[in-house]
Order: sequence, then C-alpha cells, then structure tokens
Amino acid sequence: MLKFLLSFIPRAVTQGIPLMFGCVGETITEKSGNLNLGTAGIMYVGGICGVIGSFFYETKVGAQNMTAFLGIAIPLVCCLVGSLLMGLIYCFLTVTLRANQNVTGLAMTTFGIGIGNFFGGSLIKITNSEVPSIVLNQTGKFFKTQLPFAKGLGWFGTIFCSYGFLAYVAIILAIIAAVILSRTRTGLSLRAVGENPGTADAAGINVTRYKYFATCLGAMISGLGGLYFVMDYSSGIWANDAFGDRGWLAIALVIFTIWRPGHSIWASILFGGLYILHIFLPTGTELAVKELYKGIPYVVTIIVLIITSLRNKRENQPPGSLGLSYFREDR
Amino acid sequence: MDQQSPILELKHITKRFGDKVVANDDVSLNVYKGEILALLGENGSGKTTLMNMLSGIYFPDEGEIYVNGNLVSIRDPKDAFDLGIGMIHQHFKLVDVLTAAENIILGLKEKGGLNVKAAAERITEICQKYGFEVDPYQKIYEMSVSQKQTVEIVKVLYRGADLLILDEPTAVLTPQETDKLFAVLRNMKADGKSIIIITHKLHEVLDISDRVAILRKGQYICDYETKNVTAQELTDAMVGHAVTLNIDRPEPVDPKERIRIKDLTIRSMDGVVRLNHVSFTARSGEILGIAGIAGNGQKELLEAIAGLQPVETGSIAYVNDDGSEEELIGKDPLKIAEMGVSLSFVPEDRLGMGLVGNMDLSENMMLRSFRKGKSIFTDRKSPHALAEHVVQELEVNTPSVETPVRKLSGGNVQKVLVGREISSAPTVLLTAYAVRGLDINSSYTIYDLINRQKKAGVAVIYVGEDLDVLLELSDKILVLCGGEVSGIIDGRTATKNEVGLMMTKIGGGKADE
Amino acid sequence: MNNTLSKVPLFHITRRKELPWYRAWLIRVIAVIMGLILCGIITMLLVKINPLDVYKTMLSGAFGTSRRIWVTAQNMAILLGISLALAPAFRMRFWNLGGDGQTLMGCLGATAPMILLGGKIPNIILILIMLICAVLAGAIWALIPAAFKAKWNTNETLFTLMMNYVATQIIAYFIVVWENPKGASQIGIINANTMAGWLPRIGNNQYLLNILIIIVLTVVIYIYMRYTKHGYEISVVGESEATARYVGIKVRRVIIRTMLLSGAICGLVGFLLVSGTSHTMTTTIVDGRGFTGVMVAWLAKFNPFFMILTSLLLVFLSRGASEISTIYGLNDSFGSILAGILLFFIIGCEFFLNYQIALKKTRKEVKIDA
Repeated sequence: MLKFLLSFIPRAVTQGIPLMFGCVGETITEKSGNLNLGTAGIMYVGGICGVIGSFFYETKVGAQNMTAFLGIAIPLVCCLVGSLLMGLIYCFLTVTLRANQNVTGLAMTTFGIGIGNFFGGSLIKITNSEVPSIVLNQTGKFFKTQLPFAKGLGWFGTIFCSYGFLAYVAIILAIIAAVILSRTRTGLSLRAVGENPGTADAAGINVTRYKYFATCLGAMISGLGGLYFVMDYSSGIWANDAFGDRGWLAIALVIFTIWRPGHSIWASILFGGLYILHIFLPTGTELAVKELYKGIPYVVTIIVLIITSLRNKRENQPPGSLGLSYFREDR
Repeated sequence: MDQQSPILELKHITKRFGDKVVANDDVSLNVYKGEILALLGENGSGKTTLMNMLSGIYFPDEGEIYVNGNLVSIRDPKDAFDLGIGMIHQHFKLVDVLTAAENIILGLKEKGGLNVKAAAERITEICQKYGFEVDPYQKIYEMSVSQKQTVEIVKVLYRGADLLILDEPTAVLTPQETDKLFAVLRNMKADGKSIIIITHKLHEVLDISDRVAILRKGQYICDYETKNVTAQELTDAMVGHAVTLNIDRPEPVDPKERIRIKDLTIRSMDGVVRLNHVSFTARSGEILGIAGIAGNGQKELLEAIAGLQPVETGSIAYVNDDGSEEELIGKDPLKIAEMGVSLSFVPEDRLGMGLVGNMDLSENMMLRSFRKGKSIFTDRKSPHALAEHVVQELEVNTPSVETPVRKLSGGNVQKVLVGREISSAPTVLLTAYAVRGLDINSSYTIYDLINRQKKAGVAVIYVGEDLDVLLELSDKILVLCGGEVSGIIDGRTATKNEVGLMMTKIGGGKADE
Repeated sequence: MNNTLSKVPLFHITRRKELPWYRAWLIRVIAVIMGLILCGIITMLLVKINPLDVYKTMLSGAFGTSRRIWVTAQNMAILLGISLALAPAFRMRFWNLGGDGQTLMGCLGATAPMILLGGKIPNIILILIMLICAVLAGAIWALIPAAFKAKWNTNETLFTLMMNYVATQIIAYFIVVWENPKGASQIGIINANTMAGWLPRIGNNQYLLNILIIIVLTVVIYIYMRYTKHGYEISVVGESEATARYVGIKVRRVIIRTMLLSGAICGLVGFLLVSGTSHTMTTTIVDGRGFTGVMVAWLAKFNPFFMILTSLLLVFLSRGASEISTIYGLNDSFGSILAGILLFFIIGCEFFLNYQIALKKTRKEVKIDA
C-alpha cells in the first residue's frame, strides 16, 4: 500500500500543479467579474514562451555553459510576459471594448493553442529532430531540482519534498491569494468589483484598473502552469497538443473550489490523481477500457458541476457580475 | 445659515444623453452650510442626473462646480468623497454578500491593513452620535430596506462627508421609518452638515427642508424658503401648470365576488414565510387597493393569483358569474387561460417580466397570443394590428411599432404593457406599482385606464406605494404587514395615518407604543 | 482641494442610441479588412513575401482549383452545419460548447451500424439506420446537460465542454475495439470495397449531397427560428426567463426541446462526416469545429444566412493559411493564429456598434456671471 502511495501521490501532485496554477489564476480573474475561458490558450502561450526563451538560451550557449539562474529566469520571464500579453488582449476586448466574455475567451483559446503549436512546430523544424518534440534537457533539470535533503527523508521526502520549486510556488501563490482575498483591503475591493461593479465604482474603486490588474495577474499565474508542465512535469520536452485540456479542467476546478484559492491546493491534487488514475486501474485483457478510464476526470468534473449546482448557499455563489461587462453610464 | 459662503455652487451645468436628450439644461444652484435643501421635481426632471454629477457618476458636458469657493472637477466617486460629498442612491450601492462594516470601509484608503474590528467600533460611535442602529457584522442580504439605507448613510458619514445627498430616501420606508430618518437628518444638520434631499413628495419637503429648489424638464425653475411657501405653489412650480390632484372614483356597479382567497400561505425558496394565512375577496367592478411597505408579500400575492408562485397552503378560487368556483392553485398561466379565466397581470418588473426589452412592440403583443391557432407558424398580422391600435389609443410615443420597447420611455413602456393586458377583455386585472417612475400625465392615463376597466366590471387588484393615490383610487384597501393581512378598510373613509399604522403593525394601533 | 482642471477626462464613452444597418455593416466590414491586413502583415514578416502574394496564395489555396473549391465548400458545409445546430441554443442563451462532443457521438452513431451491419442489409436501409443512430446519439449527448440545466440550473458551459472529452474517450475506446488492421490503433476506411453505408455521389461530386443537405438545413433553421412558435418561444426564453414563465411558456421544456434539436443536428453533421466525407472515424474528425461554430453563430448574430458568410470567412482563412503553410514550410497551426487575430477584430468592433466616443469639448471660456 505504501509503495502504491509513494508512486501515486507524487505523480498526482505533479499532475495537479498545472491545474493549481490555472485554478488560482482563474479564481483571481473571476473574482474581478471576468470569466476568462481563454485560460487553456493562455497556458499554452505561457508554456511555449518559456520554451522559446530557454531554447535560444540553450542553443546559444550550449547546455554545459548554462547557469542555473539564467536557465530558470529566462523561461520564467518569457512565460510571464507572454501570458501577460494574453491577459491584456482579453482585458482590452472585454473591459475596454466590453465584448462578450465567452466568445472572447473561445477566440483566445483558438489563438493561444495556435500560437503554442505554431511556434512549437517551428522550433521542432529548426532542430530537425526525429521525434516531433523539442528537448530542453538542461532547463528541465534546473526546473526539476529538488530540495537537497529530500532524498534523506524517506517516504516523507518522496511525498512532500520531491518536487521542483514551481510546485511550491503554486501552493504558496494559492495561500497568498486566499489571504489577500479574505484579509486585505485590496481583496475586499476586488471582491466588491466582481460582485457589484456599480457599487465598487460608487465607493471610489477604479473598476477598470482592478479588472485589468486581476485578469492580467491571473493570466500570468495560469501561464506558469503551462511552464511547469513543459519544464518540470515533461522534463523540458515540448510536444504539440501535449498540454491537452488541462486549462478547461482548471476552470471547472474554480467552480469546484467555490472561488476559494485555498481549496484549490487539495482539489488540484485530487484531480491530478484522477488524471493518472487510468495508469493504476486494472484493465485485464481488454486494453480498450483504458481509453474509457481516461475519461474519469471529465466525468468527475461533471458530477462536481451537478453537485455544486445543488448547493444554494449565498456565500457559495459565483461573483455576482461574473461574465458581464460594466459600463458606468448604463442607466 | 451662512448666506455669504455657499459650500457648493453649481454653475450652468448641462448634461446630455445622446444627441436628443438633455437631462440638465444650464442649471445653477447653491447649497449652504447647515441647511437641508429639498430638490423637488417630477420623475424625469433631471434631479438624479444633476446629483449624479456631484457624486461622480456622470461628468457634466458643460458648466462648473465649486466646492467651498474652489473650482473642482469631479471625475469619479472618489473625487466626490475627497471633496466631502456623499450620495445615498435610490438603488443602494451595497454588496450583498459582504457585511455592513465591509461595505462601509469599501474603497477607503486608510492607513494600515484591513481592520474590520476598528471600523466596527467607529461605526458604532457614529451610530450613537446621530441615533442609528446598525450591526456592523450583519450581511447586507439579511437586512431590511430601511437597515440597508441606514448602512448607506453611515457609510457616507464614515467617509467624513459634509454634504449628503439622498435620492428619494423615503420611497421604500414606512411613515414611521421616515420620521426616524428625518430625526437623524435634523441631528446631522445640527452638527453642521448640509443635506440635499431629492423627493417628489410635497409634505416631506414642507416637513424637513429649509429651502426648496425646483427642477422641471431638466431646467432649474426657482427656489423658495420652505417656511414661506405652500404646497399648491410648489406643485404649480413643479408641473408648470396647475393640476387637479383628484382621481376619479366611480361607484362600483353590481359588484360580484370574483376572486376568493382563503388562508393563503406562501414560503419562499429559502423557507421564509412570505404570506401568512391571507384571506380576502376581490369583487367585479371594484378596485381593491393593496397597501404595504415594499417586500411585504405583495409580489408573491399577485404572482400566486397569476399562477407563477408555488403555494404552500390555502385556496384561490375564481368565481364565475353563475357562482361556480374554479381553483387556480397548482395551475400555470397557460392552464388558467385554457380554463377560460381571462386574467391580466401588469407586473412590477415591466421590462424584466411583462415585456421583452429587445423585441419590438408587435412582437411584445404576441407574448399573450402567439399560441393561437393550430399552425406551427406564428401569426404576425394580428399582433401588429393590436400594436398599432394600442399606440393610437393610448398615445404611445414611439417611432414605429417596429421599435424595441427598451428604447421607449418608462411611461410609454407601461402604456404598451397595460394596453396589451387589457386588450384581452379580462375579468380580473392585477397591477403592481402601475405608475412607478411615470410622470404625472402618464400616471393619470393609467388611473383612467384602470377606472375604465372597473366600470366594465373587471375585478381590479391594485398594488400601490403612494398612499394618497391608493386612498383616492381604491374602493377597498387591504393592508399587508409582514405577509399578514393587517386589515381591510373602506377606501372612502380611510385616512393616511390609519393606513400607515397598519402597514407597520398588524391591525394598526397607536404609533407611540 | 487638489482637484484641478487639467484632470478633466479627454474623452468619454456613451451608449449609442441606434445605428442604421448599413453603418453597422460598414463597421464590421472595416474590422474584417483590418484583421485581414494585420494577418497579411504577420504572414509577410514570417515568410518574407510581398503582401499581395499573401492574399493571392490564400485565395488560390481556398479557390485555386475546382477541387479546392469543392473542399472549401465541403468544409464550409460541415462548419455551417454545426453552427446551425448551435444557433438555436445560443439564441436561448444556452452556451452549448458541446458541439464537438455531440458531433462526435453522431459520428459514432453512424459508424457503429456501418461496421456492424455493413454488407448484411441493403445499403439504403443501412444508411437510414446510420442516420437515425447518428441523430439519436447527438441528441442524447445534448439532452444530458440540458436536463441538468433545466432541473438544477447546472452550469452548461463547462458541462457541455466536459461532455466533449467524455465523447472523445468513448470514441477512442471504440477505435481500439474496431481497429483495423489489429494494432493499427485506427479504424481505416470502412467498407472500402463494398462502399456500404457511403452516401451516394451526385454525378461526379463526392461532396455535393452534403452541401445540398446543409443548404436545405440553413433554410429550415432560418424559418424555424424566425417564423415558428417554437422559434418565438426560444427568443423569449433567451431574452428573459421571467417573461417566459409569465406568459406560461414552459422554460424547462423549451430548453430540453431546443437542445435535443441542437444535438440532433450535430448528430446529422456527424453522419455527413462519416458517411458522406471521411468514411472512417477518428478522435479528431470534428477538429474543434464545435468551438469555431460558436464564433460563426455569434458573429452572425444567430442569423443562418449571415452564418453562411461568417463560416465562409473562417474556412477561407484556414484553407488559405494552410496553403501558405504548405508552400512556405510553416506549421499547420498558422491558420489558428490568423483566425484568432481576425476574431479579435470582429469581436472588438462590436464596441463601435454599441458605443460612441466623444472627445471632450473644452469648457466654456466665457463666464457669464462669475
């Protein structure tokens, strides 16, 4: 049993971390009243931007000459800038131009996945590689660096200390987001903007600024999920479409966690576990069943959606103005 | 009063909406320290727009605003706070899921972190100073309307406002709550605050204000010292020409029982009792007025009769001319219509329920009739003809019957809705706040239409908020209080005070208990 | 007081009253042109050819030969078909993002009898059974989220979305079950020899029947949404559920009925994909057109005839981009980037239809009584 847990839990965590980034990012975004369905696209962009950055660094100086600092900083900054730009596009369309949030989000998804696969494909072409992927071994190693003492801690180390630094960043971000939302003036203002922008506006809160800020910050956090996926989870290997539908699961997780970033920590890991459950479930002779097992996370998400819709408590409802654009002079 | 230095001066303020609508036209106005100024005007006279420019919701197209003699620019609500101007809007600007204290400190940039406890103490302090009652930790969605209003006022005071603007603060209050509010306002005035109160209720103007400024059609007309003016003078200035306030009340002809309600109890989705063992009878050819503070079960009552509200217990019987009865409970509007009961309902939420804002006039006429006939296609001709007829008959001001109704003004929207509802020759007519937001002329058109229905033998149930109108229009008045029938009285003999007391206390009784 | 006149906002935005239809369309056309120009510039920078050549290549990719025209028309028909399926649901404000899954289930519904019954029954009956199964499968896949929406107001956006992935896994399962030859992990062309269950060609044109069916469907959906009682009910429910209940429209029933229709049409398109186009089934057969269909329907404001234009635009872009990719050695995803950019422009231009920007007039210099 312990052996199973030792192999299952770390995998579930590494699967869950991209979801956690996405879920925390989207929660912050939704708290400002913006429903960003483009998260899937943003995560692709975050991942590919990191890949582009480290690809040029790695090919320029050669793997043996890379420093750990630049090896991490360059993809990190590239990723943040790329996802910030995506956030800005979304904000410009939905906040400044007050476009329909659902449609904008879908267009962002098309665009973002397109960007990811296009540049991914182009880089693959440059490398003339045999397999359809880009391998950034050295950068991957930097990102996967574990705490030095983790190995000595036995099962405890394996379950709690065996991850790259971004995993801890995700958890810390989730906690910080939870604290900011519930304990600070900024959080109070942000909640007010999402619940009732007219009221927030009348209270002297700059609604546009909050929406932009929260959405862009959310986009950057989501983007990190893409970066984590390529650099840590996949050990620095980018393959087109590998990231899959995790962006959408992250959005569903926001509903599951009833807009509380603190809950996203365990919820993401739980879903990470569901994602890899098919590896551990017995299939017998019928290998096709494995394909059905892969559908489990989605079925569970659907069940979660249904259960959430049965809860009617006032505090557990989505932000009041979610999905609506705000125009001060609307009478 | 320090006549020398007004704390606020408005000079030549003009605000337009789009190309055609001029909401404020060259308005100039002064407010002095420690006075209560009433801003009086009909609906649509530009009072709220003018005040919204002071609170930073709108920005004037032309004109200047001076505060304490300095020319200022109020771009957003924050600027207004910084200048010591605080506005209590008619629709409260509160976040439902937050507590009173959180709402009050919302958007403030005080030093230090978020300290709700310290804020709560200051709130209690302010409440004691002026005589309010607020629980800082109560969530807004659990509060009554009057509590919410108190939170709004405390919010403005907390921010250190010297000039308070109240937009129709009494519209949702009982007479007793209004008295309480006025007492607080006098305390604030004594403390040196200036107050602008927007209203169209004359007696309140005379009761509370030191000075009255009158707006008409976006223009500043004149101002009076309150002690030197009479209600008639104010009315004349407000409407521009003398109007008779009398509403017709024809004697009912041959009233017969039409709707008999027994022991009706309704519980809302979250388990709160909305109506508690309500029983009454509505008769043909009579107007039954329903009085009560907003949210005391009026909505549920009408919707239950119309088949839109699930009922816990009781019965709603429709009585035919021959005395036979049909139960309406458990039937939706479609079934009720199929039974041959012609029931019309003018709901409170005109564009959200009665009409579809994005559809044009003739498509809205179809709402009631589109099912007619066996064809799978809709008949578009007769609704179009009906729309033309309503526009002509009720003098609806619209570019065409192809105009979406949301583009019409409030009065015209209501004419379209009432026009459609009475077009089916109903035997029962339910109306909720039929004249809310309408100007005087439109209101009288509606009263007249209702009276014509009454004369045609329709049983009219009229839910209203203006007691003066209820007392002049209704044959009987049913007063609701906390979901219970507080009393049913004769409209011809009832007094306003009597009804007001019954609104706050079952059966009425003395106010000072 | 630290307020000064210099802080007067430079411009401000107001809601437009009404815009004549020709100006609304002018704005949209300008947005499309600007989007295409930006797409051209980006392509130009990437492949270093002059901008006119970019458009020439794109045009030739979409319409260069009669075969290409047929492929473009076929792609358009499929995209339009899915969009037509989604339009009534969106009109009702039901965000059906499950077009992919519903179409996939339609594909499965068509494929199953094709494989299991192929050659055992007369072809015409086989095709009919395939059609019925496809339509039913699509409808059931749409019914599930609709029922929960109607009963408990469950968030349909994510529900329908997740149903896509569940459908994909179910398809993946059957692909393994039916794989041909064993170990190929794909089904291959079904009944390649007997052509059982293949839609007949009209003349020499493989896709003509598909296209004709979609044309008929366009007209039918237009009439359905515009002139029937059902269509009117859908509009009322979409605009305001309270109004719908007030006039006795059974909102739940309308939601379920409309989604059944939506799913059934998706199923029909799935049938056309399998029986009339690919003669096989893959997990990527729908190729994200459930999402693109959302944009097609939304950009056309749910009017089926305008949807012909918007689907043409998007198909043209993707075909054109793929031609550029092939000739100049770019990646296939280039089309998604261009589509994204164009969509941003069209989505953004709605602002100028609803609002106008007024530059602030300078304050009156002459003070009359100051």
